[in-house]
Amino acid sequence: MAIEADARVRDAILGGLALQLADEELFLGHRDSEWLGLAPEVEEDVAFASIAQDEVRHASFWYELAEACGFGQADALAFDRAPSERRHAALCARPNGDWAYTVLRHYLYDAWDAVRLAALAESGDEVWASGARRMLREEHYHHLHMERWVVDLGRAGGEAAARLRGAFAALLPDLPDLVAFAVDPQALVDLGILSRPLADLRRAFVARVEATLSRAGLPAEEIAARLAAHPREGARQTAPDHDAAALLETMNGVRSLGAAVW
Amino acid sequence: MPEARREAFMARIRRGEKIEAHDWMPDDYRLLLLRLIHMHAVSEIMGAYPEKEWVPKAPTLRRKMSLMAKVQDEIGHGQLLLRVAEDLAAPLGRDRMELMDDVITGRVKFHNVFHMEAPTWADAGIIGWLVDGAAIITQTALLDCSYAPYARVLKRICAEESFHMQHGESIILSLAEGEPWQREMLQEALNRWWEAILFFFGPPVVTDAARRMMEYRIRSRTNEELRQKFLTRYVPRIRAVGLEIPDSALRFDEEAGLWRYTEPDWERWSRVVRENIGPKSQERIALRRMAHQDQAWVREALVRARTAAVV
Repeated sequence: MAIEADARVRDAILGGLALQLADEELFLGHRDSEWLGLAPEVEEDVAFASIAQDEVRHASFWYELAEACGFGQADALAFDRAPSERRHAALCARPNGDWAYTVLRHYLYDAWDAVRLAALAESGDEVWASGARRMLREEHYHHLHMERWVVDLGRAGGEAAARLRGAFAALLPDLPDLVAFAVDPQALVDLGILSRPLADLRRAFVARVEATLSRAGLPAEEIAARLAAHPREGARQTAPDHDAAALLETMNGVRSLGAAVW
Repeated sequence: MPEARREAFMARIRRGEKIEAHDWMPDDYRLLLLRLIHMHAVSEIMGAYPEKEWVPKAPTLRRKMSLMAKVQDEIGHGQLLLRVAEDLAAPLGRDRMELMDDVITGRVKFHNVFHMEAPTWADAGIIGWLVDGAAIITQTALLDCSYAPYARVLKRICAEESFHMQHGESIILSLAEGEPWQREMLQEALNRWWEAILFFFGPPVVTDAARRMMEYRIRSRTNEELRQKFLTRYVPRIRAVGLEIPDSALRFDEEAGLWRYTEPDWERWSRVVRENIGPKSQERIALRRMAHQDQAWVREALVRARTAAVV
């Protein structure tokens, strides 16, 4: 009985984390895909579309893990859950805004994702660890790509740098919730899924982005201060659901027609 | 002297040799190619929009990923073709920016099918299955083109288009085997697209430009030959999935060895392409304007940043 109860608790925690990771990747990948055909140059269109596909593929992997934890079928988890049931950080569902907001958001998300994946790659659970290792390889290229954009826009000065500063100011309040977990991170450490506590991961995140943001002329030091003011030690609160609601309304354009095989 | 040069060029063409970007070529060969490839490039890019509309709405994770990959491919084809067009345009003093401006000013046309609405998920399937199926036929007919850079790019494009066709076919099969209302949605989409797809191959008359392209071995088949090939390949497939082709006059004339069909309204469709007056023409040109003109600040910033990095 105790073993079964333990397994249920474990599944609830791990499934909750898988859903968070899945919702974040799906929403960001969806937002990325809104740039299809609209990126500043056709070469970038192709590159960005590739990144968008990676994100949705990662989401698919995490939804399948949630399914394995007994949360329901992967597509239903991706498409049919209400906005209020979502576990994403608010930043992932925000509308795209301009190119500066798009690339800076992506850069910050990728930086955190890399830190988080590196910790999951050392997990005691081989399914989680091998999935995280595979994604880390792809995220490495996303990170390089976005880093280049952020630095270039910052160094260009003028309108581009002004837009980048505007994007930074808009993104800063969203960072404490991004760099957090929808389930209690200490429980993840106790289960051996997360190899390091949240405070360590936050330090690694700040260390990863500081130099690049400074090169781009952004006040990077504000991030550490903002995170310190909002530690988010337990499970972070659910994001306000208006952005997710708008996003899901589009996403269910076909499924809402009726139950069917598509 | 110029005449001798031209004669030597034609001798190369007749021997089946391939022409490279830096080889000498007659002006009208360059212009014919540029017009063809520029329109092809732009059509690939404009062709991304009808399907892009369905990426956010795709009904499963698998469909979403596969449609995103397809739209990416189309933009990628546009990019490859633009590079070929840029090389041809350079001696004329025209660059990528101008080739793109031409979409917005209406100087370059794009295929009739991309001026149309795609109001249901079934339309996204029909585009992959039949529009890409039609494109495979016109593009494989160009694989032996005398201009080597175009032929090389087409090889990759054709390989990818065949994945697109399978992607479309997979969507179609799910709908055809699905609920009655899904089959109805599919039939309606076919009804919407049929005439446009027949027009896609162009009017049967061999224009002066088409005749010169054949002399130069840029292309070797007429529009009508390609349309006939499409009908031979797809009429049985469409019927096999239980769909009805919306043309009561469609039949295979055994004696002539040709398909007979109700002709598309050549004049109406030509005007759609020439004047950008299809139901979605202006909306899609506006999207391109958004990408090209509204994002100009990003391209300018990149140039400044890279220049600053070098200095």
